[in-house]
Amino acid sequence: MKNRLKVLRAERDWTQAKLAEELDVSRQTINAIETGKFDPSLPLAFKAGRLFDMLIEDIFQDKVNS
Amino acid sequence: MNKTNTEIKTNKAYSRDRVSTAKVAYWGLAWLLATAGATFGPELLWGYGTLITSIGIAIQLALGFGMIWAFKGVLLAMDELQRLIQLEAISLALGVGVVVGVSYELLEDIKLITFQPEISHLIILITLTYSFGLFLGNRHYR
Repeated sequence: MKNRLKVLRAERDWTQAKLAEELDVSRQTINAIETGKFDPSLPLAFKAGRLFDMLIEDIFQDKVNS
Repeated sequence: MNKTNTEIKTNKAYSRDRVSTAKVAYWGLAWLLATAGATFGPELLWGYGTLITSIGIAIQLALGFGMIWAFKGVLLAMDELQRLIQLEAISLALGVGVVVGVSYELLEDIKLITFQPEISHLIILITLTYSFGLFLGNRHYR
């Protein structure tokens, strides 16, 4: 699954640690999601959507559809 | 120097993890001491008295379950990636422990080794495999 977390984070000038704190996860988790090593759960994806005020599919995209 | 809100919140998360990890350490230490007491007490302290030995075993069991409960707290304090790393490490340790443990026991049954397999050997194997699994998981997802 691809995602735009890194871009969205950069637009806000946030560090991985800052985003991790906002989503209540570890910095390691943010890094693993950004590098595509780990796909977040649906609740965490919804949380990211609420944080950035975006739809989940605007942040996370299935590789098949992209 | 004033700390930012993020730093303060991050510190709170770290302290939450530290508290739950410290609880496991305390329970583990208590269980270890109780295990030592139940192992050496009958011979060295109370001369194989049935009642006090039974109480010692009961205390050791209770502290063991306390340690398991505390470890559950550690898992609940983790985020989903950290839980996945734990799951993979525990699965590896359990699988290796069962497979190698059975083969190890077989070696003694068919007299390929002359010494008696001990449960402590299995515990050492599981601990090392679990630690290796955590190392692999953290390296993969870093």
